[in-house]
Amino acid sequence: MEPILEVKNLCTQFETRAGRLNAVQDVSLSLFKGRVLGVVGESGSGKSVTGFSMMRLIDPPGQIVGGSIIYRGQDLLGLTEQNMRRLRGNRIAMIFQDPMMTLNPVLRIDKQLVETVKAHEKVSTEDALERAREVFRAVGISGGNHRLKSYPHEFSGGMRQRVAIAIALLHKPDVIIADEPTTALDVTIQSQILAQAQTLARESGTAMMWITHDLTIVAGLADDVAVMYAGRIAESGTVSDVLDHPLHPYTKGLIGSVPSRNRRGERLKQIPGTTPSLANMPMGCAFRTRCPRATAHCEQLPEMTEMAPGHSVRCFHPHIENLP
Amino acid sequence: MNTTSILSIRNTDTPLHRFVERFFASRVASVSLFLLILIVLAALLAPWLAMQNPYDLQQLDILDSSLPPGDLSASGGTYWLGTDDQGRDMLSAILYGLRISLGVGVGSALLASMVGTAIGLIAAYAGGKIDAFVMRVVDLQLSFPTILVALMILTVLGKGIWNIVLALIIVEWAFYARTVRGAALVERQKEYVEAAHCLGLPWRHILASHLLPNCLPPIIVVFTMQIARAIALEATLSFLGLGVPITEPSLGLLIANGYQYILSGNYWISFYPGIALLIVIVVINLIGDQLRDVLNPRMEK
Amino acid sequence: MVIWSIRRLLQAILVVLAMTVIVFVALYAVGDPVKIMIDPDATQAEVARAISYLGLDQPLWRQYLVFLKNALHGDLGQSFVYATSAMNLIWQRLPATLELACFAVLLSIILGLPLGIYAGLRPDSVFSRVVMAGSILGFSLPSFWVGLMFIMLFAVQLGWLPSGGRGPTVTVLGMHWSFLTFEGLKYMLLPAFNLSLANIAMVMRLSRAGTREVLQMDYVKFARAKGLSPARVVGVHVLKNMMIPVVTVVGLDLGSTIAFSVVTENVFAWPGTGKLIIESINVLDRPVIVAYLIFVVFLFVLINFLVDLAYVFLDPRVRQATSS
Repeated sequence: MEPILEVKNLCTQFETRAGRLNAVQDVSLSLFKGRVLGVVGESGSGKSVTGFSMMRLIDPPGQIVGGSIIYRGQDLLGLTEQNMRRLRGNRIAMIFQDPMMTLNPVLRIDKQLVETVKAHEKVSTEDALERAREVFRAVGISGGNHRLKSYPHEFSGGMRQRVAIAIALLHKPDVIIADEPTTALDVTIQSQILAQAQTLARESGTAMMWITHDLTIVAGLADDVAVMYAGRIAESGTVSDVLDHPLHPYTKGLIGSVPSRNRRGERLKQIPGTTPSLANMPMGCAFRTRCPRATAHCEQLPEMTEMAPGHSVRCFHPHIENLP
Repeated sequence: MNTTSILSIRNTDTPLHRFVERFFASRVASVSLFLLILIVLAALLAPWLAMQNPYDLQQLDILDSSLPPGDLSASGGTYWLGTDDQGRDMLSAILYGLRISLGVGVGSALLASMVGTAIGLIAAYAGGKIDAFVMRVVDLQLSFPTILVALMILTVLGKGIWNIVLALIIVEWAFYARTVRGAALVERQKEYVEAAHCLGLPWRHILASHLLPNCLPPIIVVFTMQIARAIALEATLSFLGLGVPITEPSLGLLIANGYQYILSGNYWISFYPGIALLIVIVVINLIGDQLRDVLNPRMEK
Repeated sequence: MVIWSIRRLLQAILVVLAMTVIVFVALYAVGDPVKIMIDPDATQAEVARAISYLGLDQPLWRQYLVFLKNALHGDLGQSFVYATSAMNLIWQRLPATLELACFAVLLSIILGLPLGIYAGLRPDSVFSRVVMAGSILGFSLPSFWVGLMFIMLFAVQLGWLPSGGRGPTVTVLGMHWSFLTFEGLKYMLLPAFNLSLANIAMVMRLSRAGTREVLQMDYVKFARAKGLSPARVVGVHVLKNMMIPVVTVVGLDLGSTIAFSVVTENVFAWPGTGKLIIESINVLDRPVIVAYLIFVVFLFVLINFLVDLAYVFLDPRVRQATSS
């Protein structure tokens, strides 16, 4: 199956007072119709920056300095800003993390939906409003008109995020990039939204990229997964492959540290050490300072190698013993 | 002990040293400071620098009235900036006027800072109802335009150089009180104050020796900006005829005197005093801006 | 909402009352009430009669109540110089001051807002630096001197505009307004611009800071992610959010602009209340002085109150807070 959107060797840098920071390095991933790709990593791993880079929403002092983003045969990085704008919110939509901050507090909800419709299609306000009501029903917001005329602060957190999802759905996009959309929500609301997201992806054939730091979400929601560490992809493959047979020591450590995976009464397993800051990246494999399997060889940068069909890892000492 | 360690005892990295370094990092501020020093010196040395005392009537020659800049006088000196309708040399008038403007501006700012700082410190230390009351008064006064407050005070007090100083003090104290109270409140939470309190030190001592020195940076910034504001306000009031008397004219009054002559083309009687006023105010403001940047460890603008 | 309004109203009334007490105490207790209220040219007999007529031999608190009662009826004394009541004089001159002040505030928005917004969109450009430097000048330069320079340049040297006075007026609603005629506008341009300089500087700085702050907000990024045109992002999302503090400050400024018109009116010989008060101070027409001070304070408090009300309407979040 051909990917609907393919990221190849993406590199994004930030020019700061601490020097030039490589937030995203040599990241390649593929999004397929109707499938959810989970992108997992700690904060600072570059997962959000990857998402923003794909939307070309990186502002100075940041800059995309290399790679390509192929969508329907076109490299997005070569498009003019105007053409890119035509795709945003239309064919490729994004959902942000904190809906309180992403919905404009002084504008009514209906205006914020209608303007999105009108930005890409010449329709009357009435038709745009009808579309808004439709997507509200799709995400499970009841009370139509009254809700539409409200302001963001009158909604609860979960509702606001549903609104954000609704906005993303207005033009039935091919790709939805969701940047930690449930992190700020209660666990119960979280599961509702996740279930809804899964149904939407399946039914409408939308390709979803779900960025999160929570492995359990990936386990429950995603079809494929990419694990990021220090700006690079450490491991990628289908969810069952990666979570059941993790190859990268980091992935293994992540899985091991999830509380539900440990037996009652056992000490929680932790990955020793902390993520290096982008300004002080170790040479070669960035994980080697915390890795139990590191050797002198790891001072060189490993490449992504396919260990099993569809399952790749960036490591010189992967856990190949885990492979079936 | 060898010589290198003796030499290295002299510490050149004191806060003062750092402050001076950071202040002079701005070329604009350095030039402004230099200009200000020149101006202050000129004002102080006016009796020796000026070619005449423009308020000694015997030194004036009415035949020399309204001469444009650059003209020569009978006694051979040049009226570099022209003369006014009474034959006064404008340059001399400006030098003498500077003394009044600077004197009133700095004097009122100094006195206002003392009053305002004292009140602000007391309000912050006393807390509770006293603090709330004082701040209410401060907010009320600060919400009114300064010119209105000054107008009110001067109508009651009448003209005169001490009256205008008093009026300026009443207008300005509130700025200091608010700033100092804010800074003192922050300091008051800190542990050294509690420690001093526990030691049984009298509150006067705590205020003066502990709180005050730590509140100095914002006071210095406000003080500098207030001098410029006071000079501008005094000039405005004098221009309106409510300020200094004719016998001791500030730059504002000089400008007022020349107002009527603008229409007939004798612009220099108002223009040059105005330039002098302008330079003084701008220079002080620039210095104050740099002081604020250096003394307030805030994020970039 | 209603309760809050009433509370604010009571606060405002309290402030005005406090001011009347201060003015009363200042002029009656500190100053010599005989000199204030009675024509200095009166004879002994007239003075004695006036004292008993004006109740100056009454205890102070009773005098205050009489003073207050009269003030509520709009009677603040008779002018010594003009053969009419002090309030009457002020009413006659008020339209001139109001139109000058309003025009100045309008200018400050028309000029300051776009300049500030543009400087905020491009904060490191030469333009932005010039704007900031210019605003420092706008604050610190004494406005009377700038006014004189305007007269020198535009009236004397270039001869484009008149050097002082007010243009021909048109009577509307029983008051004389000069902005309705073209000639009248010519006379008003220089003084209004002079008066507005400090405001323009302030609006420019506020707009620039506000724009910069709002641009960092997530909802702006989200608006771009929706594919909205840059015009809409700035014109609606940015503008609506940064305008709120700017409008409040400008509104509050109207009061202080009216106060500062004292200076401008005297420089440009503009026949408004500001010129009146200076003349009155010079001839010691004290009833007019008293009337002016109280009236301006009242006006000032009224404007502040109205601005507070307007603020509640502008920001829907505050609206909800005040009604709960």
